Amino acid sequence: MKSYLPPRFVIDRDAERCIGCQVCVRQCSFDAHAYDGEEDAVRSFEENCVGCHRCAVFCPTQALNIRLNPLSYRPNANWRPEIIEDIIRQSESGGVLLTGMGNDRSYRVYWDHLLLNASQVTNPSIDPLREPMELRTFLGRKPDRVELDPASLSLKTQLAPQVAIELPVLFSAMSYGAVSLNVQESLARAATEAGTLFNCGEGGLHRKLYKYGNNAIVQVASGRFGVHPEYLDVARFIEIKIGQGAKPGIGGHLPGGKVTEDVAQTRMIPAGTDALSPAPQHDIYSIEDLAQLIYALKEATNYAKPVCVKIAAVHNSAAIASGMVRAGADIIALDGLRGATGAAPKIIRDNVGIPIELAIAAVDTRLREEGIRNQASIIAAGGFRNSADVLKAIALGADAVYIATAALIALGCTVCQQCHTGKCAWGICTTDPLLSKRVNPEIGARRLVNLLRGWSLEIKEMLGGMGINALESLRGNRLHLRGVGLTDRELDVMGVRLAGR
Amino acid sequence: MGHWKHVNNPYDDDKVIDACALFGMMDTSGRRFSGVDAITAITNMHERGNGLGGGFAVYGLYPQYAEHYAFHVMYLDDAARQEAESLLQDGFRVALAEPVPTRKTRGIQDPPLVWRYFLEVRPQDGQRLSHDDYVLEKVMRINTGVRDAFVFSSGKNMAVFKGVGYPEDIANYFRLEEYQGYLWTAHSRFPTNTPGWWGGAHPFNVLDWTVIHNGEISSYGINRRYLEMFGYHCTMQTDTEVIAYAVDLLMRRHKLPIEVVADVLAAPLWSRIEREDEERAAFHTTLRQVYGSLLLNGPFSVVIAHQGEMIGLTDRIRLRPLTAATKGDMLFLSSEESAIRLVCPQLDTAWTPMGGEPIVGSLNRPLGKREPVAAALAAT
Amino acid sequence: MTVDTLNQKGLAIRIDANGFHYRELNRLIREAVAEGAERIDLHGVYGQRYIATNLRSGVEIHIHGTPGNDLGAFLDGPRLVVYGNAQDGCGNTMNDGEIIVHGRAGDIAGLSARGGRIFIREDVGYRAGIHMKEYQGKRPALVIGGTAQDFLGEYMAGGIVVVLGLTLNGGNCHTASFVGTGMHGGVIYLHGQINDYQLGKEVGVSRPNRKDRAILSELVTQFAGHFGFDAEEILAGRFVKLFPLYLRPYGRLYTY
Repeated sequence: MKSYLPPRFVIDRDAERCIGCQVCVRQCSFDAHAYDGEEDAVRSFEENCVGCHRCAVFCPTQALNIRLNPLSYRPNANWRPEIIEDIIRQSESGGVLLTGMGNDRSYRVYWDHLLLNASQVTNPSIDPLREPMELRTFLGRKPDRVELDPASLSLKTQLAPQVAIELPVLFSAMSYGAVSLNVQESLARAATEAGTLFNCGEGGLHRKLYKYGNNAIVQVASGRFGVHPEYLDVARFIEIKIGQGAKPGIGGHLPGGKVTEDVAQTRMIPAGTDALSPAPQHDIYSIEDLAQLIYALKEATNYAKPVCVKIAAVHNSAAIASGMVRAGADIIALDGLRGATGAAPKIIRDNVGIPIELAIAAVDTRLREEGIRNQASIIAAGGFRNSADVLKAIALGADAVYIATAALIALGCTVCQQCHTGKCAWGICTTDPLLSKRVNPEIGARRLVNLLRGWSLEIKEMLGGMGINALESLRGNRLHLRGVGLTDRELDVMGVRLAGR
Repeated sequence: MGHWKHVNNPYDDDKVIDACALFGMMDTSGRRFSGVDAITAITNMHERGNGLGGGFAVYGLYPQYAEHYAFHVMYLDDAARQEAESLLQDGFRVALAEPVPTRKTRGIQDPPLVWRYFLEVRPQDGQRLSHDDYVLEKVMRINTGVRDAFVFSSGKNMAVFKGVGYPEDIANYFRLEEYQGYLWTAHSRFPTNTPGWWGGAHPFNVLDWTVIHNGEISSYGINRRYLEMFGYHCTMQTDTEVIAYAVDLLMRRHKLPIEVVADVLAAPLWSRIEREDEERAAFHTTLRQVYGSLLLNGPFSVVIAHQGEMIGLTDRIRLRPLTAATKGDMLFLSSEESAIRLVCPQLDTAWTPMGGEPIVGSLNRPLGKREPVAAALAAT
Repeated sequence: MTVDTLNQKGLAIRIDANGFHYRELNRLIREAVAEGAERIDLHGVYGQRYIATNLRSGVEIHIHGTPGNDLGAFLDGPRLVVYGNAQDGCGNTMNDGEIIVHGRAGDIAGLSARGGRIFIREDVGYRAGIHMKEYQGKRPALVIGGTAQDFLGEYMAGGIVVVLGLTLNGGNCHTASFVGTGMHGGVIYLHGQINDYQLGKEVGVSRPNRKDRAILSELVTQFAGHFGFDAEEILAGRFVKLFPLYLRPYGRLYTY
């Protein structure tokens, strides 16, 4: 049937600047540019343009500009253009609308309403460039006290395994299949150089990346893809994935088209088949089942590695987190409303889950009220955009933060939300071998290390500004935050005061 | 404490912020001496305070009641006293109850009533909790439950005297020259947001621990939340309170010696830990992993005392001053050396300890008997 | 206040400082200088601050006792001699003149000094010589006879710091950490042992050259003269020179 959908974007090609080099034709993976031999000119097919900017960035003469299609609808606060077009799309396909990346709706971004403190007069700020500033963080279960041998005063207490990271930022789960192997290698190298960890997601860990095992978090998700003893052995810690912020409560679906030979081998499923992750883990139907799986993994790894449990931030996160800690989780990963994905139903991405800011505060408060906060570290995820977001999360109570979207943007992503098509022109969210070549792991790793370095320096400056020289003194220290433009109840949930009070 | 809590932090700031002067002197042989020198020394550091708080802690001053818990309590009025006393009568055997002797002093305005009680825990009450925890519970009960009454000292054979005024005026008001103790600490306060509440002066006390403190802790928000997990109620909203509870938790309840406690409160930097031998490095790493939320960040120097020990400590990058000195059996700690010299011009040793390095005076290790302990103490 | 014509050097005055607030004491000193005193002996000094702070003349002040914080802050010409220990802030933002301490000094000695000389016979505390500067003819010097604690010479932009280590027991290493952190000007001459890990990452290490030796010789000779040491003996020892590796140590820090 004829599609009633107008193109989303308009391609402006400046005829004077265009030299007909066809770079845009070669770079575009969505067929938005084509060369017309007869006319000897490059033509645009705007109905295919997804607004990823690959062509504009690579055009040698800056001849291209991509604009939102100015085709106007009559203004309607309720029937917004996007809503109209989703209905059109659905009536032409009869399926669940898919999308990629994270929630793009205008729900409140609480980070933009939280402000950090600085020390003045009564307390000096500290110079991070000259005086020591410590960001090292340890993830893992900690006891309430240490015990010493009364005679020798040596340490009797044996700690559960701890994982040290040199800065409170880790790379979040992105599976091989959702992203290319080159992307994973970039993340692995960067994590190793920066002294942090990357998460291989639920697609297994490619053999080529085993050498980065000491900086790898491996996932045990509902599809159990690529989960075998060596996989567990090589990792630094293991993450049981119950849910993720982009699609709480549902499973995953990697279309057969993205399951190449290599992806298939890593996931240990036949090539070309759909990689289906069930909604629940079929051996976890209740909290005691989670305890069972946690200890199964601990036994399988001889209690040498922390076990993390990742959930999407939902309505009862505080209670669920409390249960998870008591079930034996050494680390809790909370993924908020803005968490991204390679593919998810749009309706779920945009309507299910809660903002991570509120979730961190609720979970941290609840665990302290129950006296069990020491027993697990909290990693927060879901739309962290810069170093200030990271620090605010830590002040609210997180031990560390997972980033994914920001990492991909460092590699070239422009958040065009087409990951589910597998045609990413930047070579990021694709397994197409030609497209994948567009990310060079060496350059990719350099870009990621640059990002982490910049954030690290900024974090040190802000910490020093607060008169703090060790990150543990900011963790959960909500007195260093103030809120602006928030209701009393919102301030109350986060345990943060209004600026000026 | 009732509405006094409101007075402590009337603008509902994050917490009370002070600047101050500290002084401590201890005869490590246990010989008791008068407070004249401590008073002279703290008075000398007049510039560091602003007259809005002065206080002293004295150890060994009540030898005739050495085994009784000596409560010093301040009351806004007699009604508060009646109410608090009935709680004390209910909870303890009261050996003696009397007002603390005072004299009218210029510079001391509107003092509260201050009474002292010598209390014994009765056998029937000492079953459920240790005596110390029982006393702690009762002190919390009065301080959170009885309007306008505040127990500000509750240890055995030690006492705190404090209030709003310069320390020399407080000393004069409470006739401190009449007491003898083997350990004296003194404090002069410069608060920025607590105009005039007697209970807000230092030393802060819990059981026989006293803390005097100079500086502001930037980690206060998390130190407090961490302590609350262990049942401490931080009602005073001061750094000093948090330090006192931290010391109570780590030393009394977790039984860690002071050297280890110093490594929690003023944790060694990772750059230093990385150069230690394997065992020490693992030890310090474990301490930081377990007690990271008790790291006191920001500038501080403190003098902490309890029966038998006086401890001086500064933050790990030494943002606040502390001078230590010895003369015979006497150990001095002071914000400024001149105050020590004023009362003891000829010293055996005088030095400034490294950040995070505790200076400990102990009745178990009298200075005079040993070879230059100062050299060991001064070793960096 | 007693006035003695002590010697041919001109009017000399003795002031008993005991019990005087610093404001009163400093006023007395200023008055004495205004009346022509060339030498003032202060006795019974216990903690009075800012001594000699706003004097512009070349008066010489001898201090018996323990002067308080900020001794000679913003000093601009006088010579101060302390028979005892100095506290924090000795020579704070000093512009010219001389401070000689027959003892130790506290923290931030010579903070932001821009000229003049400070000689401390024994040890100093934290952050000695922090952010010292120099400009054209003015080059401050801080000579420490003993050892220093952490952050010695923190972000020095100029000037000279000399550390002689004479209080260390033979062969012992200096124990300061973060020495010269942020240094981008000036020089530190150190006598005694120090390890690389004790130095800030902006610091380079070398042996003093002829020019350095000449500077050292002059300063050590003065130091020896003040405190009765043997300059030759000290100068015969092994010195290292600590210097800034970069003029712009943070050039790569910012993204424009």
